[in-house]
Amino acid sequence: MNLLETRALTASYGQFRALFGVDFRIEPGEVVAIIGSNGAGKTTLLRSITGILRQTPDMVIHRGEAIGAMAPDRIMQRGISMVPEGRMLFPSLSVDENLRIGAQARRGAGRWVLETVFDLFPILLERRNSPATALSGGQQQMVAIGRALMSNPELLLCDEISLGLAPVVIRDIYAALPLIRESGAAMVVVEQDIARALSIADRVYCLMEGRVTLEGRATDVTREAIHAAYFGTQEKVQP
Amino acid sequence: MIWVETVIQGLLLGGLYALFAAGLSLVFGIMRLVNLAHGDLIVASAFLILMVVEFSGLNPFMSALIAAPVLFGFGYVLQRVVLNRVLGNDILPPLLVTFGLSVALQNGMLELFSADSRRLPAGGLENQSLNIGLATVGTLPLMTLASAVIAIFLLNRLLYATALGRAFRATSDDPVTASLMGIDPKRIFALATGLAMVVVTLAALYLGMRSNFDPSIGPARLIYAFQAVIVGGLGSLWGTLAGGPIIGVAQTLGAQINPEWQILSGHLAFLIVLILRPRGLFPRARD
Repeated sequence: MNLLETRALTASYGQFRALFGVDFRIEPGEVVAIIGSNGAGKTTLLRSITGILRQTPDMVIHRGEAIGAMAPDRIMQRGISMVPEGRMLFPSLSVDENLRIGAQARRGAGRWVLETVFDLFPILLERRNSPATALSGGQQQMVAIGRALMSNPELLLCDEISLGLAPVVIRDIYAALPLIRESGAAMVVVEQDIARALSIADRVYCLMEGRVTLEGRATDVTREAIHAAYFGTQEKVQP
Repeated sequence: MIWVETVIQGLLLGGLYALFAAGLSLVFGIMRLVNLAHGDLIVASAFLILMVVEFSGLNPFMSALIAAPVLFGFGYVLQRVVLNRVLGNDILPPLLVTFGLSVALQNGMLELFSADSRRLPAGGLENQSLNIGLATVGTLPLMTLASAVIAIFLLNRLLYATALGRAFRATSDDPVTASLMGIDPKRIFALATGLAMVVVTLAALYLGMRSNFDPSIGPARLIYAFQAVIVGGLGSLWGTLAGGPIIGVAQTLGAQINPEWQILSGHLAFLIVLILRPRGLFPRARD
Protein backbone atom coordinates (compact mmCIF):
# COMPACT_ATOMS: atom_id res chain seq x y z
CA MET A 1 0.00 0.00 0.00
CA ASN A 2 1.15 3.53 -0.63
CA LEU A 3 2.32 5.40 2.42
CA LEU A 4 0.87 8.60 1.03
CA GLU A 5 -0.74 9.66 -2.20
CA THR A 6 -2.46 12.64 -3.69
CA ARG A 7 -5.36 12.16 -6.06
CA ALA A 8 -6.16 14.80 -8.67
CA LEU A 9 -4.82 17.40 -6.26
CA THR A 10 -5.65 20.96 -7.18
CA ALA A 11 -4.60 24.04 -5.25
CA SER A 12 -5.09 27.77 -5.65
CA TYR A 13 -3.90 30.97 -4.06
CA GLY A 14 -6.91 33.24 -4.57
CA GLN A 15 -7.39 33.53 -8.31
CA PHE A 16 -4.07 31.89 -9.09
CA ARG A 17 -4.23 28.17 -9.75
CA ALA A 18 -1.00 26.52 -8.58
CA LEU A 19 -1.74 22.79 -9.04
CA PHE A 20 -3.88 21.11 -11.72
CA GLY A 21 -4.78 17.54 -10.80
CA VAL A 22 -1.51 16.22 -9.42
CA ASP A 23 -1.32 12.46 -8.78
CA PHE A 24 1.60 11.65 -6.55
CA ARG A 25 2.46 8.61 -4.46
CA ILE A 26 5.22 7.39 -2.17
CA GLU A 27 5.73 3.98 -0.59
CA PRO A 28 7.08 3.26 2.90
CA GLY A 29 10.85 3.74 3.05
CA GLU A 30 11.03 5.19 -0.44
CA VAL A 31 12.94 8.33 -1.45
CA VAL A 32 11.14 10.42 -4.06
CA ALA A 33 12.57 13.54 -5.65
CA ILE A 34 10.37 16.33 -6.95
CA ILE A 35 12.09 18.59 -9.42
CA GLY A 36 10.88 21.56 -11.36
CA SER A 37 11.64 25.21 -11.90
CA ASN A 38 10.49 28.10 -9.71
CA GLY A 39 6.71 28.34 -9.56
CA ALA A 40 6.17 24.80 -10.82
CA GLY A 41 4.11 23.94 -7.73
CA LYS A 42 6.62 21.87 -5.75
CA THR A 43 6.24 23.78 -2.51
CA THR A 44 2.47 23.99 -3.00
CA LEU A 45 2.37 20.21 -3.22
CA LEU A 46 4.22 19.91 0.11
CA ARG A 47 2.03 22.57 1.72
CA SER A 48 -1.04 20.60 0.66
CA ILE A 49 0.36 17.37 2.12
CA THR A 50 1.25 18.99 5.46
CA GLY A 51 -2.13 20.70 5.79
CA ILE A 52 -0.86 24.28 5.63
CA LEU A 53 -3.05 24.52 2.54
CA ARG A 54 -6.32 22.79 3.37
CA GLN A 55 -7.84 20.69 0.62
CA THR A 56 -10.91 18.55 0.19
CA PRO A 57 -10.31 15.45 2.32
CA ASP A 58 -9.83 12.77 -0.32
CA MET A 59 -7.24 14.70 -2.32
CA VAL A 60 -4.58 13.55 0.16
CA ILE A 61 -4.60 9.95 1.40
CA HIS A 62 -2.31 8.75 4.19
CA ARG A 63 -2.37 4.98 4.89
CA GLY A 64 -5.79 4.72 3.30
CA GLU A 65 -7.26 7.61 5.25
CA ALA A 66 -8.35 10.92 3.74
CA ILE A 67 -6.33 13.66 5.46
CA GLY A 68 -6.65 16.51 2.96
CA ALA A 69 -8.70 18.70 5.28
CA MET A 70 -6.78 18.01 8.50
CA ALA A 71 -4.91 20.71 10.42
CA PRO A 72 -1.09 20.65 10.17
CA ASP A 73 -0.61 19.67 13.82
CA ARG A 74 -2.77 16.56 13.40
CA ILE A 75 -1.05 15.56 10.17
CA MET A 76 2.31 15.96 11.87
CA GLN A 77 1.13 13.73 14.71
CA ARG A 78 0.43 11.02 12.12
CA GLY A 79 4.16 10.88 11.39
CA ILE A 80 4.56 13.33 8.53
CA SER A 81 7.28 15.85 9.28
CA MET A 82 8.54 18.76 7.23
CA VAL A 83 11.79 20.63 6.74
CA PRO A 84 10.31 23.87 5.41
CA GLU A 85 11.81 26.01 2.70
CA GLY A 86 13.91 28.76 4.23
CA ARG A 87 14.45 26.56 7.34
CA MET A 88 12.00 28.57 9.47
CA LEU A 89 13.79 28.04 12.77
CA PHE A 90 12.28 29.69 15.83
CA PRO A 91 14.45 32.77 16.53
CA SER A 92 13.42 32.97 20.20
CA LEU A 93 14.60 29.43 20.81
CA SER A 94 18.14 28.07 21.18
CA VAL A 95 19.44 25.30 18.94
CA ASP A 96 18.70 22.81 21.71
CA GLU A 97 15.14 24.10 22.14
CA ASN A 98 14.51 24.13 18.39
CA LEU A 99 15.43 20.44 18.33
CA ARG A 100 13.40 19.60 21.41
CA ILE A 101 10.29 21.28 20.08
CA GLY A 102 10.43 18.86 17.17
CA ALA A 103 9.76 16.11 19.71
CA GLN A 104 6.87 18.01 21.32
CA ALA A 105 4.31 15.79 19.58
CA ARG A 106 6.49 12.72 19.44
CA ARG A 107 4.87 9.43 18.56
CA GLY A 108 6.48 6.79 20.73
CA ALA A 109 10.12 5.72 20.74
CA GLY A 110 12.36 5.72 17.74
CA ARG A 111 15.88 6.16 16.59
CA TRP A 112 15.96 9.94 16.69
CA VAL A 113 16.64 11.61 20.01
CA LEU A 114 18.89 14.59 20.82
CA GLU A 115 22.00 12.38 21.02
CA THR A 116 21.50 10.72 17.64
CA VAL A 117 20.79 14.07 15.98
CA PHE A 118 24.02 15.40 17.47
CA ASP A 119 25.79 12.27 16.13
CA LEU A 120 24.38 13.06 12.70
CA PHE A 121 25.42 16.74 12.86
CA PRO A 122 28.21 17.01 15.48
CA ILE A 123 28.61 20.76 15.01
CA LEU A 124 25.18 21.28 16.56
CA LEU A 125 26.38 19.84 19.85
CA GLU A 126 28.95 22.64 20.13
CA ARG A 127 26.34 25.25 19.28
CA ARG A 128 23.43 23.79 21.20
CA ASN A 129 22.98 26.80 23.48
CA SER A 130 23.28 29.46 20.78
CA PRO A 131 20.20 31.22 19.48
CA ALA A 132 19.20 29.25 16.40
CA THR A 133 19.42 32.24 14.09
CA ALA A 134 23.01 32.99 15.16
CA LEU A 135 24.16 29.93 13.21
CA SER A 136 25.41 29.85 9.63
CA GLY A 137 22.94 28.93 6.91
CA GLY A 138 24.22 25.39 6.64
CA GLN A 139 24.12 24.83 10.39
CA GLN A 140 20.59 26.24 10.48
CA GLN A 141 19.61 23.75 7.80
CA MET A 142 21.03 20.97 9.98
CA VAL A 143 18.90 22.20 12.89
CA ALA A 144 15.82 22.25 10.65
CA ILE A 145 16.47 18.66 9.53
CA GLY A 146 17.21 17.54 13.09
CA ARG A 147 14.07 19.25 14.35
CA ALA A 148 11.96 17.37 11.80
CA LEU A 149 13.63 14.08 12.73
CA MET A 150 13.01 14.48 16.47
CA SER A 151 9.41 13.29 16.07
CA ASN A 152 10.66 10.08 14.42
CA PRO A 153 8.57 10.60 11.31
CA GLU A 154 7.75 7.84 8.86
CA LEU A 155 7.64 10.43 6.11
CA LEU A 156 10.08 13.33 5.95
CA LEU A 157 9.37 16.16 3.52
CA CYS A 158 12.44 18.25 2.60
CA ASP A 159 11.76 21.50 0.77
CA GLU A 160 14.79 22.92 -1.06
CA ILE A 161 17.30 21.96 1.59
CA SER A 162 20.24 23.08 -0.57
CA LEU A 163 18.84 26.49 -1.44
CA GLY A 164 21.30 29.33 -0.84
CA LEU A 165 24.02 27.12 0.62
CA ALA A 166 27.66 26.74 -0.45
CA PRO A 167 28.44 23.55 -2.42
CA VAL A 168 30.65 22.14 0.33
CA VAL A 169 27.85 22.62 2.85
CA ILE A 170 25.32 21.03 0.51
CA ARG A 171 27.60 18.02 0.23
CA ASP A 172 27.67 17.62 4.02
CA ILE A 173 23.90 17.85 4.27
CA TYR A 174 23.28 15.42 1.45
CA ALA A 175 25.75 13.02 3.06
CA ALA A 176 23.32 12.80 5.99
CA LEU A 177 20.31 11.80 3.91
CA PRO A 178 21.29 8.13 3.40
CA LEU A 179 21.68 7.81 7.17
CA ILE A 180 18.20 9.22 7.65
CA ARG A 181 16.92 6.78 5.08
CA GLU A 182 18.52 3.88 6.95
CA SER A 183 16.39 4.79 9.96
CA GLY A 184 13.39 3.73 7.88
CA ALA A 185 11.83 7.08 7.06
CA ALA A 186 10.44 7.66 3.60
CA MET A 187 11.56 10.96 2.12
CA VAL A 188 10.26 13.46 -0.38
CA VAL A 189 13.09 15.70 -1.54
CA VAL A 190 12.09 18.84 -3.40
CA GLU A 191 15.12 20.12 -5.22
CA GLN A 192 16.13 22.40 -8.06
CA ASP A 193 19.51 20.69 -8.39
CA ILE A 194 18.45 17.83 -10.66
CA ALA A 195 21.67 15.81 -10.53
CA ARG A 196 21.75 15.90 -6.75
CA ALA A 197 18.10 14.93 -6.49
CA LEU A 198 18.54 11.98 -8.84
CA SER A 199 21.61 10.78 -6.96
CA ILE A 200 19.62 9.90 -3.85
CA ALA A 201 16.12 9.22 -5.16
CA ASP A 202 14.40 5.95 -6.08
CA ARG A 203 11.81 7.73 -8.17
CA VAL A 204 11.45 11.21 -9.53
CA TYR A 205 8.55 13.50 -10.42
CA CYS A 206 8.98 16.60 -12.50
CA LEU A 207 6.42 19.39 -12.16
CA MET A 208 5.84 22.19 -14.60
CA GLU A 209 3.20 24.88 -14.22
CA GLY A 210 1.23 22.83 -11.73
CA ARG A 211 1.19 19.54 -13.66
CA VAL A 212 3.25 16.37 -13.47
CA THR A 213 5.27 16.26 -16.68
CA LEU A 214 7.45 13.30 -15.82
CA GLU A 215 7.34 10.37 -13.45
CA GLY A 216 9.77 7.49 -13.40
CA ARG A 217 12.54 5.55 -11.71
CA ALA A 218 15.55 7.75 -11.11
CA THR A 219 17.80 5.27 -12.92
CA ASP A 220 15.50 5.07 -15.95
CA VAL A 221 14.83 8.68 -16.82
CA THR A 222 17.02 10.14 -19.54
CA ARG A 223 18.56 13.57 -19.61
CA GLU A 224 16.48 14.41 -22.68
CA ALA A 225 13.23 13.38 -20.98
CA ILE A 226 14.02 15.51 -17.95
CA HIS A 227 14.90 18.47 -20.11
CA ALA A 228 11.61 18.17 -21.95
CA ALA A 229 9.65 17.80 -18.73
CA TYR A 230 11.46 20.61 -16.98
CA PHE A 231 11.27 23.21 -19.74
CA GLY A 232 8.42 21.85 -21.84
CA THR A 233 10.61 21.79 -24.94
CA GLN A 234 12.88 19.30 -26.69
CA GLU A 235 16.54 19.74 -25.89
CA LYS A 236 18.48 21.29 -28.69
CA VAL A 237 21.45 19.07 -29.44
CA GLN A 238 24.57 21.14 -29.60
CA PRO A 239 26.46 20.54 -32.87
CA MET B 1 13.71 61.79 54.04
CA ILE B 2 10.21 62.48 52.79
CA TRP B 3 11.47 61.91 49.24
CA VAL B 4 12.89 58.49 50.11
CA GLU B 5 9.56 57.56 51.60
CA THR B 6 7.76 58.91 48.55
CA VAL B 7 9.91 56.78 46.24
CA ILE B 8 9.28 53.69 48.36
CA GLN B 9 5.53 54.31 48.28
CA GLY B 10 5.78 54.74 44.53
CA LEU B 11 7.62 51.43 44.15
CA LEU B 12 4.89 49.70 46.14
CA LEU B 13 2.16 51.33 44.07
CA GLY B 14 4.09 50.18 41.01
CA GLY B 15 3.72 46.61 42.21
CA LEU B 16 -0.02 46.93 41.66
CA TYR B 17 0.50 48.44 38.21
CA ALA B 18 2.91 45.63 37.33
CA LEU B 19 0.22 43.12 38.32
CA PHE B 20 -2.31 44.97 36.15
CA ALA B 21 0.18 44.85 33.31
CA ALA B 22 1.55 41.30 33.56
CA GLY B 23 -1.46 39.63 31.94
CA LEU B 24 -1.56 42.24 29.19
CA SER B 25 2.16 41.79 28.57
CA LEU B 26 1.88 38.00 28.44
CA VAL B 27 -0.95 38.07 25.90
CA PHE B 28 0.76 40.69 23.78
CA GLY B 29 4.09 38.86 23.94
CA ILE B 30 2.63 35.57 22.77
CA MET B 31 0.02 36.56 20.20
CA ARG B 32 0.48 40.27 19.48
CA LEU B 33 -3.04 40.84 20.76
CA VAL B 34 -3.79 44.16 22.42
CA ASN B 35 -6.66 43.43 24.77
CA LEU B 36 -8.57 46.67 25.33
CA ALA B 37 -10.89 44.88 27.75
CA HIS B 38 -8.03 44.02 30.11
CA GLY B 39 -8.98 46.63 32.71
CA ASP B 40 -12.61 45.60 32.65
CA LEU B 41 -11.61 41.96 33.00
CA ILE B 42 -9.71 42.93 36.16
CA VAL B 43 -12.79 44.69 37.56
CA ALA B 44 -15.08 41.82 36.56
CA SER B 45 -12.70 39.41 38.29
CA ALA B 46 -12.83 41.56 41.43
CA PHE B 47 -16.63 41.30 41.36
CA LEU B 48 -16.38 37.53 40.96
CA ILE B 49 -14.06 37.30 43.98
CA LEU B 50 -16.49 39.50 45.91
CA MET B 51 -19.36 37.17 45.00
CA VAL B 52 -17.37 34.16 46.24
CA VAL B 53 -16.58 36.04 49.47
CA GLU B 54 -20.24 36.86 50.01
CA PHE B 55 -21.53 33.40 49.17
CA SER B 56 -18.94 31.35 51.00
CA GLY B 57 -17.81 33.64 53.79
CA LEU B 58 -14.19 32.80 52.96
CA ASN B 59 -11.52 35.50 53.03
CA PRO B 60 -10.58 37.19 49.71
CA PHE B 61 -7.38 35.13 49.30
CA MET B 62 -9.21 31.81 49.47
CA SER B 63 -11.99 33.24 47.32
CA ALA B 64 -9.45 34.29 44.67
CA LEU B 65 -8.09 30.74 44.73
CA ILE B 66 -11.59 29.51 43.90
CA ALA B 67 -12.15 32.21 41.27
CA ALA B 68 -8.82 31.61 39.49
CA PRO B 69 -9.69 28.31 37.76
CA VAL B 70 -13.09 29.69 36.77
CA LEU B 71 -11.42 32.71 35.20
CA PHE B 72 -8.79 30.50 33.54
CA GLY B 73 -11.65 28.64 31.89
CA PHE B 74 -13.33 31.90 30.93
CA GLY B 75 -10.11 33.15 29.32
CA TYR B 76 -9.61 29.86 27.48
CA VAL B 77 -13.14 29.91 26.05
CA LEU B 78 -12.99 33.64 25.25
CA GLN B 79 -9.84 33.10 23.19
CA ARG B 80 -11.05 29.89 21.57
CA VAL B 81 -14.53 31.10 20.65
CA VAL B 82 -14.05 34.82 20.05
CA LEU B 83 -10.51 36.18 19.82
CA ASN B 84 -8.91 33.38 17.76
CA ARG B 85 -11.38 34.17 14.99
CA VAL B 86 -10.17 37.73 14.61
CA LEU B 87 -6.41 37.24 15.05
CA GLY B 88 -4.53 37.72 11.81
CA ASN B 89 -2.22 40.05 9.99
CA ASP B 90 -4.60 42.96 10.48
CA ILE B 91 -4.48 44.34 14.03
CA LEU B 92 -7.75 46.25 13.70
CA PRO B 93 -10.31 43.40 14.11
CA PRO B 94 -8.98 42.25 17.51
CA LEU B 95 -8.85 45.88 18.69
CA LEU B 96 -12.48 46.40 17.71
CA VAL B 97 -13.61 43.14 19.28
CA THR B 98 -11.83 43.75 22.59
CA PHE B 99 -13.15 47.32 22.62
CA GLY B 100 -16.64 45.93 22.17
CA LEU B 101 -16.00 43.40 24.91
CA SER B 102 -14.91 46.24 27.18
CA VAL B 103 -18.17 48.13 26.63
CA ALA B 104 -20.22 44.97 27.05
CA LEU B 105 -18.43 44.04 30.28
CA GLN B 106 -18.91 47.50 31.78
CA ASN B 107 -22.61 47.54 31.00
CA GLY B 108 -23.07 43.94 32.08
CA MET B 109 -21.46 44.70 35.44
CA LEU B 110 -23.53 47.85 35.83
CA GLU B 111 -26.66 45.77 35.28
CA LEU B 112 -25.59 43.02 37.68
CA PHE B 113 -23.85 44.93 40.44
CA SER B 114 -25.13 48.56 40.06
CA ALA B 115 -22.85 51.59 39.99
CA ASP B 116 -22.13 51.42 43.74
CA SER B 117 -18.48 51.16 44.63
CA ARG B 118 -17.51 48.00 46.46
CA ARG B 119 -14.51 46.65 48.31
CA LEU B 120 -13.11 43.24 49.19
CA PRO B 121 -13.03 42.83 52.99
CA ALA B 122 -9.34 42.41 53.83
CA GLY B 123 -10.04 41.81 57.51
CA GLY B 124 -8.01 44.74 58.81
CA LEU B 125 -5.00 43.87 56.65
CA GLU B 126 -5.41 47.17 54.82
CA ASN B 127 -4.65 49.07 58.02
CA GLN B 128 -1.54 47.13 59.05
CA SER B 129 1.92 48.50 58.41
CA LEU B 130 5.54 47.51 58.81
CA ASN B 131 8.53 49.65 59.72
CA ILE B 132 11.31 48.83 57.29
CA GLY B 133 13.74 51.42 58.63
CA LEU B 134 13.61 53.99 55.86
CA ALA B 135 9.87 54.23 55.93
CA THR B 136 6.73 52.74 57.32
CA VAL B 137 4.97 50.78 54.62
CA GLY B 138 1.55 49.22 54.42
CA THR B 139 1.50 45.43 54.67
CA LEU B 140 -0.94 45.12 51.78
CA PRO B 141 1.11 47.24 49.33
CA LEU B 142 4.20 45.23 50.30
CA MET B 143 2.31 41.99 49.62
CA THR B 144 1.17 43.41 46.29
CA LEU B 145 4.72 44.14 45.16
CA ALA B 146 5.94 40.77 46.40
CA SER B 147 3.10 39.06 44.53
CA ALA B 148 3.98 40.96 41.36
CA VAL B 149 7.63 39.89 41.61
CA ILE B 150 6.68 36.27 42.31
CA ALA B 151 4.04 36.18 39.56
CA ILE B 152 6.42 37.56 36.95
CA PHE B 153 9.23 35.29 38.12
CA LEU B 154 6.95 32.26 37.78
CA LEU B 155 5.67 33.37 34.38
CA ASN B 156 9.27 33.69 33.22
CA ARG B 157 10.12 30.23 34.51
CA LEU B 158 7.10 28.87 32.71
CA LEU B 159 8.11 30.58 29.46
CA TYR B 160 11.79 29.67 29.54
CA ALA B 161 12.02 26.40 31.48
CA THR B 162 9.04 24.28 30.45
CA ALA B 163 7.88 22.51 27.30
CA LEU B 164 4.68 24.56 27.36
CA GLY B 165 6.70 27.79 27.50
CA ARG B 166 8.80 26.60 24.58
CA ALA B 167 5.59 26.01 22.63
CA PHE B 168 4.39 29.50 23.65
CA ARG B 169 7.56 31.13 22.33
CA ALA B 170 7.66 29.05 19.16
CA THR B 171 4.03 29.85 18.40
CA SER B 172 4.73 33.50 19.08
CA ASP B 173 7.63 33.41 16.57
CA ASP B 174 5.73 31.63 13.81
CA PRO B 175 2.34 29.92 14.29
CA VAL B 176 2.46 28.16 10.90
CA THR B 177 5.82 26.50 11.52
CA ALA B 178 4.74 25.72 15.08
CA SER B 179 1.79 23.79 13.66
CA LEU B 180 4.29 21.75 11.63
CA MET B 181 5.76 20.72 15.01
CA GLY B 182 2.42 19.22 16.02
CA ILE B 183 1.40 22.27 18.04
CA ASP B 184 -2.13 23.64 17.68
CA PRO B 185 -1.63 27.43 17.75
CA LYS B 186 -5.28 28.09 18.61
CA ARG B 187 -4.99 25.91 21.69
CA ILE B 188 -1.71 27.57 22.69
CA PHE B 189 -3.30 31.02 22.37
CA ALA B 190 -6.30 29.86 24.44
CA LEU B 191 -3.98 28.56 27.17
CA ALA B 192 -2.11 31.89 27.14
CA THR B 193 -5.29 33.89 27.64
CA GLY B 194 -6.39 31.47 30.36
CA LEU B 195 -3.06 31.97 32.08
CA ALA B 196 -3.36 35.75 31.71
CA MET B 197 -6.74 35.55 33.44
CA VAL B 198 -5.10 33.81 36.40
CA VAL B 199 -2.73 36.78 36.69
CA VAL B 200 -5.76 39.06 36.29
CA THR B 201 -7.35 37.29 39.27
CA LEU B 202 -4.31 38.16 41.36
CA ALA B 203 -4.44 41.79 40.19
CA ALA B 204 -8.17 41.90 40.96
CA LEU B 205 -7.57 40.52 44.46
CA TYR B 206 -5.19 43.34 45.40
CA LEU B 207 -7.15 46.01 43.54
CA GLY B 208 -10.29 45.03 45.43
CA MET B 209 -8.62 44.91 48.85
CA ARG B 210 -6.68 48.16 48.44
CA SER B 211 -9.33 50.45 47.05
CA ASN B 212 -12.95 50.76 46.10
CA PHE B 213 -14.00 49.54 42.71
CA ASP B 214 -17.08 49.95 40.55
CA PRO B 215 -17.96 48.87 37.00
CA SER B 216 -16.58 52.06 35.44
CA ILE B 217 -12.94 51.98 36.58
CA GLY B 218 -11.62 49.37 34.14
CA PRO B 219 -10.39 51.69 31.36
CA ALA B 220 -8.21 53.70 33.76
CA ARG B 221 -6.57 50.46 35.02
CA LEU B 222 -5.98 49.57 31.38
CA ILE B 223 -4.11 52.85 30.84
CA TYR B 224 -1.74 52.19 33.78
CA ALA B 225 -1.21 48.64 32.60
CA PHE B 226 -0.50 49.86 29.08
CA GLN B 227 1.97 52.42 30.29
CA ALA B 228 3.80 49.86 32.39
CA VAL B 229 4.02 47.46 29.44
CA ILE B 230 5.22 50.11 27.00
CA VAL B 231 7.70 51.72 29.41
CA GLY B 232 9.17 48.28 30.13
CA GLY B 233 9.34 47.27 26.48
CA LEU B 234 6.69 45.34 24.57
CA GLY B 235 6.75 41.63 25.15
CA SER B 236 9.26 41.66 28.01
CA LEU B 237 7.87 40.46 31.34
CA TRP B 238 10.84 41.71 33.37
CA GLY B 239 10.45 45.02 31.57
CA THR B 240 6.83 45.08 32.70
CA LEU B 241 7.95 44.49 36.28
CA ALA B 242 10.22 47.54 35.95
CA GLY B 243 7.61 49.60 34.09
CA GLY B 244 4.98 49.36 36.83
CA PRO B 245 7.19 50.88 39.54
CA ILE B 246 8.46 53.58 37.16
CA ILE B 247 4.89 54.79 36.61
CA GLY B 248 4.18 54.34 40.33
CA VAL B 249 7.20 56.38 41.47
CA ALA B 250 6.43 59.12 38.95
CA GLN B 251 2.90 59.32 40.33
CA THR B 252 3.89 59.52 44.01
CA LEU B 253 6.65 62.04 43.29
CA GLY B 254 4.17 64.19 41.37
CA ALA B 255 1.64 63.89 44.18
CA GLN B 256 4.30 64.93 46.68
CA ILE B 257 4.90 68.14 44.74
CA ASN B 258 1.22 68.84 44.26
CA PRO B 259 -1.55 66.31 45.02
CA GLU B 260 -3.30 67.22 41.76
CA TRP B 261 -0.27 66.13 39.77
CA GLN B 262 -0.31 62.42 40.65
CA ILE B 263 -1.89 61.01 37.51
CA LEU B 264 -0.39 63.71 35.29
CA SER B 265 3.18 62.89 36.34
CA GLY B 266 2.66 59.23 35.57
CA HIS B 267 1.60 60.18 32.05
CA LEU B 268 4.56 62.58 31.74
CA ALA B 269 7.02 59.86 32.76
CA PHE B 270 5.43 57.63 30.14
CA LEU B 271 5.82 60.32 27.47
CA ILE B 272 9.45 60.97 28.42
CA VAL B 273 10.30 57.28 28.09
CA LEU B 274 8.50 57.16 24.73
CA ILE B 275 10.53 60.12 23.47
CA LEU B 276 13.90 58.85 24.72
CA ARG B 277 13.41 55.12 24.21
CA PRO B 278 10.50 54.54 21.82
CA ARG B 279 10.83 50.76 22.14
CA GLY B 280 10.73 50.90 25.94
CA LEU B 281 13.53 50.37 28.42
CA PHE B 282 13.98 46.61 28.00
CA PRO B 283 12.71 45.75 24.54
CA ARG B 284 12.82 42.20 23.25
CA ALA B 285 15.78 41.78 20.93
CA ARG B 286 13.54 41.11 17.96
CA ASP B 287 10.01 41.96 16.98
